[in-house]
Amino acid sequence: MRLNVFARLFKSAELDTRMFGMGFALVLIWIAFHILSGGLFLTPRNLWNLSVQSAPVAIMATGMVLVIVTRNIDLSIGSMLGFIGMVMGVIQVDVLPQFLGFGHPAIWIVALAAGLALGLVLGALQGALIAYLGIPSFIVTLGGLLVWRGAAWWVTRGQTVAPLDGAFKLMGGGPEGSIGSAWSWTLGLFACAAVIALLAYGRARRRQFDFSLRPIGAEIFLGVAAAALILGAVAIANSYPWPMGSVRRYAQANHIALPDGGLFIAHGLAIPVLIAIAVGIIMTFLATRTRFGRYVYAIGGNPEAAALAGIDTRWVIVKVFMLMGLLTAVSAAISIARLDAATNSEGTLAELLVIAAAVIGGTSLAGGIGTVAGAMLGAVLMQSLQSGMVLLGVDTPLQNIVVGSVLVLAVWLDTLYRRRKT
Amino acid sequence: MTDRASVPLVEMRDISLAFGGNHAVDRVSVDLHAGEVVALVGHNGAGKSSLIKILSGAYPRDSGDIVIGGETASIANPRDAKRYGIETIYQTLALADNIDTAANLFLGRELRTRFGTLDDIAMEAQARKVMGRLNPHFQRFKDPVKDLSGGQRQSVAIARAILFNARILIMDEPTAALGPQETRQVADLIRQLKAEGLGIFLISHDLHDVFDLADRICVMKNGAVVGTVRTAEVSKDDVLGMIILGKCPVAAVPGRGASR
Repeated sequence: MRLNVFARLFKSAELDTRMFGMGFALVLIWIAFHILSGGLFLTPRNLWNLSVQSAPVAIMATGMVLVIVTRNIDLSIGSMLGFIGMVMGVIQVDVLPQFLGFGHPAIWIVALAAGLALGLVLGALQGALIAYLGIPSFIVTLGGLLVWRGAAWWVTRGQTVAPLDGAFKLMGGGPEGSIGSAWSWTLGLFACAAVIALLAYGRARRRQFDFSLRPIGAEIFLGVAAAALILGAVAIANSYPWPMGSVRRYAQANHIALPDGGLFIAHGLAIPVLIAIAVGIIMTFLATRTRFGRYVYAIGGNPEAAALAGIDTRWVIVKVFMLMGLLTAVSAAISIARLDAATNSEGTLAELLVIAAAVIGGTSLAGGIGTVAGAMLGAVLMQSLQSGMVLLGVDTPLQNIVVGSVLVLAVWLDTLYRRRKT
Repeated sequence: MTDRASVPLVEMRDISLAFGGNHAVDRVSVDLHAGEVVALVGHNGAGKSSLIKILSGAYPRDSGDIVIGGETASIANPRDAKRYGIETIYQTLALADNIDTAANLFLGRELRTRFGTLDDIAMEAQARKVMGRLNPHFQRFKDPVKDLSGGQRQSVAIARAILFNARILIMDEPTAALGPQETRQVADLIRQLKAEGLGIFLISHDLHDVFDLADRICVMKNGAVVGTVRTAEVSKDDVLGMIILGKCPVAAVPGRGASR
């Protein structure tokens, strides 16, 4: 196959054309919504909200990638999110204040830790049924979908738990749940430095072993592009001001006289978004730099070969589902914190959004192929469609029709792309 | 090969394995010495692959002992077998198609940096070395192995077996996917490894290869050993008679599967 100019550029930079294609599709969707909505989509406010809304789905999608890569599926995460959310809600609202007193600073930590532990246990249970008893994951997690949703109702017999602990709520974003302008810039610059250090380290290692190096121009291009993306995102988050109500309350609490024109306090990056980014980095590290990740992909590529290579494939599968449970608990915390309430219907249909995000992000349902970054980008893409249509005032049934069609279309395009490549 | 150590490298004694009522391997005994190539031949379903899968830890066994270097070995899974220096090239190659050459070579035995992370660069460097020995023109280290040709994939499977200083090599149809020139390369490699003192079990349908490479031939039929012969002491027709009819020539050490 002859390579055109762009393909050559990508190849020399070792960039993934597929990821680039997704980024391109995302930009197209954003511009289309911006025009259709009369300039409402590409605003700091909307993009900031989009980032917060995407966080829970993106976090779970990183785990779903590994689940699907091992040729499994997890249909239970939406219900599990509801159940874990209810448990965390009850712990911080009904249980802990009795012992620690209302508003005790340890409440959010204990509640979150309990939720994470519960996620690990539920995931381990499902994983063990799949790996050691040989029940297909589709069935185990389909059962889980019903069981955990029922359990979520049972926690309070259907009652909503609210309001939540003040510190816990910060995980949901909002004016207080964001880190403000100065910290956002600091973090952004730190991230830029980390990207440059990573590029330099990789280059030094390759030189040490006399491997072919990328052209230096490509390295610089990569570094500059990454830095521009990071700092651009920070700039956007920093140009979304707090709403008037929050500013007034803040001014009162700190005894500041409010000037006539109001006070510009920037949101900065939202805490749930930072959690999602951290999860993305950790999961990418796990998937690509550790033995565990290598085994996950090997099992997906050829389970028999993985077993013959001496890999304990069953234990790896259990760990994958434990990880999925843990990530579901993280998303549960963000979801209920954002709502400031735990309800037993939280997370309904989330499993489908998450699976769609992973698949749109390039995860192959046949197993063995998929990236964490792709799945997170897929989550942002799904969320962009959804919130764009809300912005345009599209009715819910039509939204579902569009999202469903886009999913099928995206997977079809991907199939074509893969077929052409081999 | 008259002058050899008295203790065999591997001895499989009275090995049996049944799937349901079907005796895949029926009280088979076979041994292998250092620097020796023993060919296992027989029809499809004769039990050769099952027997070597027991030795490589892929299948359990119902009864019998595996003795390595004079001591009873406990082999319950592939990891155990590798610990005894047993490496296997499976007929299916057993490669994970979606990952690259180095990842396949080191699968289950990854090199790690001092931080405990995968040391992909060091693994690639070693992969380049071992692949250079087998297939000097091979350059596609970044591609998943599914994109490689049949011969290249076979070299990857062979490279994996010799990368970790195996003492005992099991080769299940190692040349099935290869052209004439690559087949010759593999034959040269087998002679070279043999000279280095490895013991090799070779499963092959190609009697020409078998007579070319093996010191002894062990013929199996319906899960049992028909007999074991020295390659130098029999003709191809003798061996064909053993495979098809279960008829042992005079020179053979008869086994339980011999017809009388």
